[in-house]
Amino acid sequence: MAEMTYIQAISDSLRTEMRRDSRVFVLGEDVGVYGGAFKVSLGFQEEFGPWRVIDTPLSETAIVGGATGAALMGLRPVAEMQFADFISCAWDQLTTVAAKQFFRAQTPIPIVVRLPSGGGFSGGPFHSQNPESSFAHIPGLKIVCPSTPHDAKGLLATAIEDPNPVLFFEHKHLYRRIKGEVPEERYTIPFGQARVHRPGDDAVVITWGAMVHTAAEAAGELAKEDVDVEVLDLRTLVPWDREKVLECVQRCSKVLVLHEDTRTGGFGGEIAATIAEEAFEHLDAPVMRVAAPDMPVPFSPPLEKAFIPQVEDVVIALRELAAY
Amino acid sequence: MAVREAEPVGSLQEVKEVGLDREDLLAIYRNMLITRGIEERGHILYKQGKIPGSFYTGRGNEGAAVAVGTAMGPNDVGTPLHRDLGVHVTRGAEPWRIFAQYMAREGGPTRGRDGNVHMAIPGLGLHPMVSHLPAMLPVATGMALAFRIRGEHRVAVGWFGEGSAARGDAHEAMNFAGVRQLPTVFVCDNNQWAYSTPTYLSYPVEHIADRAAAYGFDGVVVDGTDVLAVYREARRAIEKAREGGGPTLLECLTLRMEGHAVHDDAFYVPKEMFERWAAYDPIERYRAWLHQHAGLSDDEEGEITSGVKRLLNEALERAEQSPLPDPADLEASVFASPEDLDTPHHK
Repeated sequence: MAEMTYIQAISDSLRTEMRRDSRVFVLGEDVGVYGGAFKVSLGFQEEFGPWRVIDTPLSETAIVGGATGAALMGLRPVAEMQFADFISCAWDQLTTVAAKQFFRAQTPIPIVVRLPSGGGFSGGPFHSQNPESSFAHIPGLKIVCPSTPHDAKGLLATAIEDPNPVLFFEHKHLYRRIKGEVPEERYTIPFGQARVHRPGDDAVVITWGAMVHTAAEAAGELAKEDVDVEVLDLRTLVPWDREKVLECVQRCSKVLVLHEDTRTGGFGGEIAATIAEEAFEHLDAPVMRVAAPDMPVPFSPPLEKAFIPQVEDVVIALRELAAY
Repeated sequence: MAVREAEPVGSLQEVKEVGLDREDLLAIYRNMLITRGIEERGHILYKQGKIPGSFYTGRGNEGAAVAVGTAMGPNDVGTPLHRDLGVHVTRGAEPWRIFAQYMAREGGPTRGRDGNVHMAIPGLGLHPMVSHLPAMLPVATGMALAFRIRGEHRVAVGWFGEGSAARGDAHEAMNFAGVRQLPTVFVCDNNQWAYSTPTYLSYPVEHIADRAAAYGFDGVVVDGTDVLAVYREARRAIEKAREGGGPTLLECLTLRMEGHAVHDDAFYVPKEMFERWAAYDPIERYRAWLHQHAGLSDDEEGEITSGVKRLLNEALERAEQSPLPDPADLEASVFASPEDLDTPHHK
């Protein structure tokens, strides 16, 4: 075991996969000489050469389309969007080509698109978004949102092995803030298995990504008030662990769904609807949602703080839930 | 690097110089007849109500499609479009599977999951188009990137139309291929009409191939109704790419001789334009050339024609026997499983 930051774990996992499988290569803007905007691939070009760590023109469509073509020819591309926000430029390649090619032609598209996402550092409307729910609505894409260094390493290995297009949302605000013990050897974590981040049985917060840490802090506050809150980290949204969610609902009976993405059409709505359909009789309170308001991510610190769900917001919601 | 306008192919000697023997020449003719025959029968199937959705043809483009398909090497790959049925035929797609595709049967390459010419047989090195043209161009560039990474002497051919040349995908694909000098050939089926939009509303320069200079590679314009000229130019471009010479933009000029799809009577195309281009029917032109330069006899021609007719009759019969897909399998193939990767090109 070694202590690593979240970003070190991602980098470590990518390097490990590239060392063990010569088909794995990286492409994206500034990923080579510069090592990526966030330095995930720093030093990779020296180790793997310029044709496995490929600096592309500023062309998201060509990056994702190019990855798709290379995957069809048997390689395992890991494409980097400099910011998750820029995936909108490659929307068509992902949703029209990559997501539907296996269904139509039975040819798998094993690509990973790494997406530095999320806010919390005044990135403004174009460098802070969490667009996972838009893609969760597109059948054929898998969606991964790790919250810890351990999960980031194992889930990235699984993503690269997976025969489908995988969107790997790595939260920028976790990159250097979150540290944890990470095994030095290679391991994979299966998709669709939620992880109990913090056990409890008075209420459960269902969340993913950076909000796992927000929820854990809020749960710590509630513990002082003798309310035992479980934090369930979904880890992957497609597929998502319905069984584990329903088990938590049965056990805790009070549910808060939390995400940093905006509220309407957010993936939390799907979770709440599933709970309403399948576990209604186990609920002791209405399912609550805490999410960002329906608006672009603002730039100025006080506005951004008001936009992104904070520990205090979750504490207030949990108190309300506990009192119901 | 000005665009080059290709000369027509004249004598049998010239043809031999570009690597075609008499047998090849007859195979090209046969593939053109099969291509047109499939589409003509498709029209009948559509009128009979046997083709769900719409129906698209490439009438007028049979020569260019068969020519490029013939010029590709056995390990080359491509992403042909809805005017390029001849590429599938030339690469070996069995006609019965194409009819089955039209009729939404299990035997079609997409097993009824997608319609009309949205199909390809990956084992033949072809990958199916999507409607959002030219979204397959970046994919073709990516295929070429894989060949470059692995040091393979293979070429990826990406097709687009003069209409879809207006979209950003075309630019990103060609720019990336140009920057990395990838083994790609970009084939523009310029049939002069993007649905009802004429060329002067699609692009402001004389040729689509003029753009090649901006991407640092060669642009060639060729008469798309001259199958041998297209073959010569496609062969040159493909072999150049294979040898590390980088991409080529090959613009094949023809006229879409039918509507955008079966519902469209193309009222907006001037009548005289159809009449003028009818004189350049690629099959008629080539048939005349074969008689004049390759000693094609009437008997030989009759044999080829009746052979194609027999093939298509049998194909149609077989396709009609192919079952419709079972709704029980509706959701079965949205995601791939690890064993789906167990194909030769994924290893």
